[in-house]
Amino acid sequence: MFSRAYKATVTLPPLLWVTVFLLVPYLLMFCYSFWSVSAAQTIVHSWNLDNYARLLRVEVYWQTLLRSMWIAARVTIFSLLLGYPLAYFLSFYAGKKKDLFYQLVIIPLWVSYLVRAYAWKTILGSDGVLNTLLQYVHLTRHPLEFLLYSPFAVVLTLTHIYTPFTILPIYTALEHIPRNLVEASHDLGATPAQTFWKIIFPLSIPGVVAGATFAFVLSLGDFLAPLLVGGPSGIMISNIVVSLFGAAFNWPLGAAISLALLVVVVSLLFLSERLEKKWSFS
Amino acid sequence: MEFLVTSASESQGTLPRSRWLSFHAAAVLSFLYFPIAVLVLYSFNAQGVGGFPPHHLTLDWYRILFADGAIWDSVLNSLQVALAAMAISLALGIPAALALDRAQFPGEALFRRLVLLPLILPGIITGLSLLMLFNVMGAKLSLMTIVLGHGTALISVATTEVFAGLQKLDRAQEEASLDLGANYWQTFWRITMPNLKLPIIGAALLIFTLSMDEIAVSFFLIGRDNTLPLEIWGRLRRGITPEINAVSTIIFLFSLVTIVVWYRLRVRAEGSADLGAN
Repeated sequence: MFSRAYKATVTLPPLLWVTVFLLVPYLLMFCYSFWSVSAAQTIVHSWNLDNYARLLRVEVYWQTLLRSMWIAARVTIFSLLLGYPLAYFLSFYAGKKKDLFYQLVIIPLWVSYLVRAYAWKTILGSDGVLNTLLQYVHLTRHPLEFLLYSPFAVVLTLTHIYTPFTILPIYTALEHIPRNLVEASHDLGATPAQTFWKIIFPLSIPGVVAGATFAFVLSLGDFLAPLLVGGPSGIMISNIVVSLFGAAFNWPLGAAISLALLVVVVSLLFLSERLEKKWSFS
Repeated sequence: MEFLVTSASESQGTLPRSRWLSFHAAAVLSFLYFPIAVLVLYSFNAQGVGGFPPHHLTLDWYRILFADGAIWDSVLNSLQVALAAMAISLALGIPAALALDRAQFPGEALFRRLVLLPLILPGIITGLSLLMLFNVMGAKLSLMTIVLGHGTALISVATTEVFAGLQKLDRAQEEASLDLGANYWQTFWRITMPNLKLPIIGAALLIFTLSMDEIAVSFFLIGRDNTLPLEIWGRLRRGITPEINAVSTIIFLFSLVTIVVWYRLRVRAEGSADLGAN
């Protein structure tokens, strides 16, 4: 029904654009990671693995990568623990208020990232809202210094930011569960707990996997929240990359570290796609 | 991001109340809203951002904000960037959705994954790789490079929404138009586009909001002129200033309105699709 000319007209412009502005830049990053910087601070286009060797040799690089993964893992776990029951409530118990609750969940998702990260800074600071509240009710006499500028603050802020990202895919998965399966389970005498663990939870796993992937991947690469609330001990891998692209001026090494990050991220995306397929029923 | 195109109430089954779950839901929602509430409240607090309890309510921070030229310049910059990015994403995302719906082309699978990457990958990776591209091309960093970055990164929003709309579109209408002698161009503007009105408006709103708020990609592509998030970022790095609470409150209200409009459109789009199906 559609002519060759029609198909070419709708296909070529996006294809070309995406090649120039997405494929080429990602490939360029790959190339950069094999280049180096001369003493005169110019890029030397000779191909070698020095940057990768440095990434493995210099402790602070791979240790920060591991620590970032640990921060991202904690964010993921907390987001799921907060998000799953809420999604479950929304799908099975909210009744007529479902639409209202759904909107309440998506609103924070679209509230400025920066605004939310900044809000935690004003809450956790030594003369911030939380510390002055604690002193006001005489729970503490001095401000608790560990609240701000710590890995704790980073995990808390990122959990707050990415929890809605886990709620929505889980909710979508729960909504796709045929309700007659749940009714059948009840009718056949299963307790609510049995129905949950044997029917509902297994069928919601694709949503859990999708939500966990979002939370992990997005928090792993975050560099703004650590700068804002992390302090020296809350530094993450992307902060090192930022400094290599800025003051330290070593783009090739920065590209190599970004690529290491990209490898972690892409393998996770690949894995989660496999898992989602494996657990989805149809 | 499949969840962006799903909405509430697909299924009806509702179980009786559970006290524990209701409590948990209330607690999580409070956790999600608590920082926003603090921000709004303290934007009216005379003593600025610290100190409990807040007292001496004032509009001073808003007064300071409205007199602040740099902030409003950055707001104008952000508006321009968001509108231009919206135009690029739609101009490429709509044809891309048509292509995925009705043409087979080499590299289709790769294309599908590639357009989604900027939304799934951490912003730093997209931002830095574009920085390298502009560097190699010898392009000077400016609002234009941010526009190209946002426009490219958000194509998939338009593609996803429009593609979902195309799945529901009745092909027979276009066929009839073509049989009756209209050419492809006329058919596109008179049949295809009017049928995709709601998904396109929805996508446009989403792209606009995401671009207004984007910081991780812009961070690397910024020239001399700041966008609003980068202007705020610069001030935060220097220390906490209460007028940031005021501008954040305004941004919050602004996104709130956009979301509600977007959601209404979504529900209406689905409602009309359901009517069509019945």
